[in-house]
Amino acid sequence: MFPHGVTSYILGGIIIGLGVSFVYILTGQHATQSSFFSSTISYFSKIPYFNRKTYLDSREWRLYFAAGVILGALLYTVTISPDGFWTTSVQWWRLLIGGFLVGFGTRLSSGCTSGHGISGIASMSTASLLAVITFIVVGVITANIILLLGVTP
Amino acid sequence: MNNRNIVLFVGGIVFGFGLAVGGMSKPEVVLSFLQLKDFGLIVLMGAATGVTFIAINVVPRFVEKPILGGEFKPRTRILNRNTVIGAVIFGVGWGFSGQCPGSALSSLGIGNLPVLLGIAAMFLGAYVMGRFFG
Repeated sequence: MFPHGVTSYILGGIIIGLGVSFVYILTGQHATQSSFFSSTISYFSKIPYFNRKTYLDSREWRLYFAAGVILGALLYTVTISPDGFWTTSVQWWRLLIGGFLVGFGTRLSSGCTSGHGISGIASMSTASLLAVITFIVVGVITANIILLLGVTP
Repeated sequence: MNNRNIVLFVGGIVFGFGLAVGGMSKPEVVLSFLQLKDFGLIVLMGAATGVTFIAINVVPRFVEKPILGGEFKPRTRILNRNTVIGAVIFGVGWGFSGQCPGSALSSLGIGNLPVLLGIAAMFLGAYVMGRFFG
């Protein structure tokens, strides 16, 4: 079940939780990820959906938050990472098609692994719990179908 | 940069650092969970949720409101058809590519440039959703 042990996963999870908690205790904001796409599109699009108050109010801090996430991973890479800079072997068309479905699905569902997964479940939201169970079950089925079709990686 | 943005920036750095420590910046690690080979992702999510649970449910008993103002409100979402259909579509994309929004951003930070394609596609997906189904 844990070919690489659990230490890095527990440690990573605690650090992520501390980041989310730090933001919540200081600002009351839920530091979640996927709204970043819709709120950033509001800078370029006049379509009413993207210009909702919730996106206009949050688009600035969501940019800072996203920049922080990138920088935090960079910081790890140049300090304690055992592998340094790293590139995926997952094929480009998987990143492209998968990315589109991730962008579409998370926005339709109003949450992703962080919004429904961390902040939603920690808020004891039934809708988020159901969403998490759904995307994990569907993700497992999809990943295994692709593996069975012989696509690697 | 106002105080709130500084907090979100610092919180983002911590979040991204944690994602990288936990291996989530690598689509391969996410896929190894979804292929049921390594259950670390669930452990990571559990640990992150446990810490956040304290911040959302326990801290407000001792601290009246957020230090920079505003109010403490748990994150609630109404369960409707879109919550579930969206989660199904996200699940397909997640299983297809091993990427989710946060992990993709952190992946950029570990130098994984091909993920730019995934992030661009996420923007496009979010645009199509809002434009035609919002």
